[in-house]
Amino acid sequence: MSAPVPLTHITRARNGRPAKRRAQFTVNGEPVDVLFAPHKTLLEVLREDLNLTGTKHGCELGECGACAVLVDGEPVLACLVLGLDAEGRDVTTVEGMADGPALHPIQEAFAQYGAAQCGYCTPSFMLTAQVLLEKNPSPSRDEIREALSSSICRCTGYVKIYEAVELAAARMRGEEADILEEAIYGR
Amino acid sequence: MNAFEWVNATTVDEAIGQLGAASLLKAGGVDVLDRLKEGLDAPPRLVNIRTVKGLDRIEGDAATGLRIGPLVTLAALDVHPVVRKSFVALADAAGHAATPQIRNMATAGGNLLQRPRCWYFRSRDFHCLKKGGDTCFSQHGENQYHAIFGNEICAIVHPSALGTALVALGGSVELASSRGKRIVLAEQFFLPPAAALERENGLAEDELLTAIVVPPLGASARSAYTKVGEKESFDWPIAEVAAVVERSGANVSRASIVLGAAAPVPHRATAAEKLLAGKPLTRETARAAARAAIEGATPLSENRYKVTLFENVVRRTLLDAGGVR
Repeated sequence: MSAPVPLTHITRARNGRPAKRRAQFTVNGEPVDVLFAPHKTLLEVLREDLNLTGTKHGCELGECGACAVLVDGEPVLACLVLGLDAEGRDVTTVEGMADGPALHPIQEAFAQYGAAQCGYCTPSFMLTAQVLLEKNPSPSRDEIREALSSSICRCTGYVKIYEAVELAAARMRGEEADILEEAIYGR
Repeated sequence: MNAFEWVNATTVDEAIGQLGAASLLKAGGVDVLDRLKEGLDAPPRLVNIRTVKGLDRIEGDAATGLRIGPLVTLAALDVHPVVRKSFVALADAAGHAATPQIRNMATAGGNLLQRPRCWYFRSRDFHCLKKGGDTCFSQHGENQYHAIFGNEICAIVHPSALGTALVALGGSVELASSRGKRIVLAEQFFLPPAAALERENGLAEDELLTAIVVPPLGASARSAYTKVGEKESFDWPIAEVAAVVERSGANVSRASIVLGAAAPVPHRATAAEKLLAGKPLTRETARAAARAAIEGATPLSENRYKVTLFENVVRRTLLDAGGVR
């Protein structure tokens, strides 16, 4: 026989609408305690309830990658995760990359290379690159391409993005590295 | 997306207790959220089974075979040392699906049970045969990605890459309900449109998929999987093949060849398997088997190219599984 689910687990509908639910998790290292409707995605909760608008709405179907965030350290698509699924987990958004006023080396390299044009996809690329470089400090160009393959950029043609990740990787390995002369726009 | 109430199931029994017409189960949520957003499903209650304990493990080894929990992610399957080393077709099928981000979320069970990607089925503007309508729009419509076998009623291709590999490996699924448990061979679990038009498998309404079981391969058996998409990453396959080649001495004692993205269910190329049995695996026999694999294909107006593609992918996958360079 199946055990009944304890009543406390069930959201009771009121006035025809399911009641809001409370979720506790961490965002960028800080504990949050949020009340929201069960059908809200993590993306909506981050943007609308926590005012973290760095994570972007894109296709809403997992095809463009613009909404990537880290959940328990792994990149996932916040448009396909329900907010309630974040319960008890660690969420990192692009707002968590910089250390106070100091940009993350990946952010620094993206800025230097002009790897962001309209910037809409940039948070997803940077967060995904961060996880890649934590696991693999010296990725090949192909490994970078594979790791970043979830995100679509319609401005840059990707080359500057890959070069920025390579520059950041070199700096994070402690090497003296700078932007390639020929990559600087206008020279 | 409709408003729904939410239940966290923490045990298999709790999840089974929540099954019913008013509930939709969600594990990784990738396909479920797509369907909710596309308006294909609008359940009053969403049952979260990602919180069920103990269903996210991979157990076993090359000698015993595998027992894979339905909540194991595709990313975890891809890199698991035993799966990677001894069940290559399964690891490669998991590792080539979608993108790294999606593989971090998507579960093995969800991959097997996801609904088809046919654009007529996915569009709420088309009340197709599969949704209780009276027309399969792909028969005379945009059918370049549709089935080339078994497509006379409904021309979807089965969307599960793991399903293709699992059938080739002779795997099964374990289904649990309040009536008990049953094990169903993957090959019999997936159902063609003639047997079940509005669903793609034999999962009963009161059942939960609780494990994926893969038998041990023979000591001389090797598996392989090849996916071809229009792009190298982040694309659905237009052709995929999983194969197992088992040898006795110099000859093939048993070949298992399964085509995915070819038919409404993973499609076993029986004639090709028979042709290889008792012969050595060479470039010539692989070519002959590949030709046999596409015999009887019934391509639609825009997918004839898939017939040629499959012939090549079958040949390459066999050579890969057999270690013939």
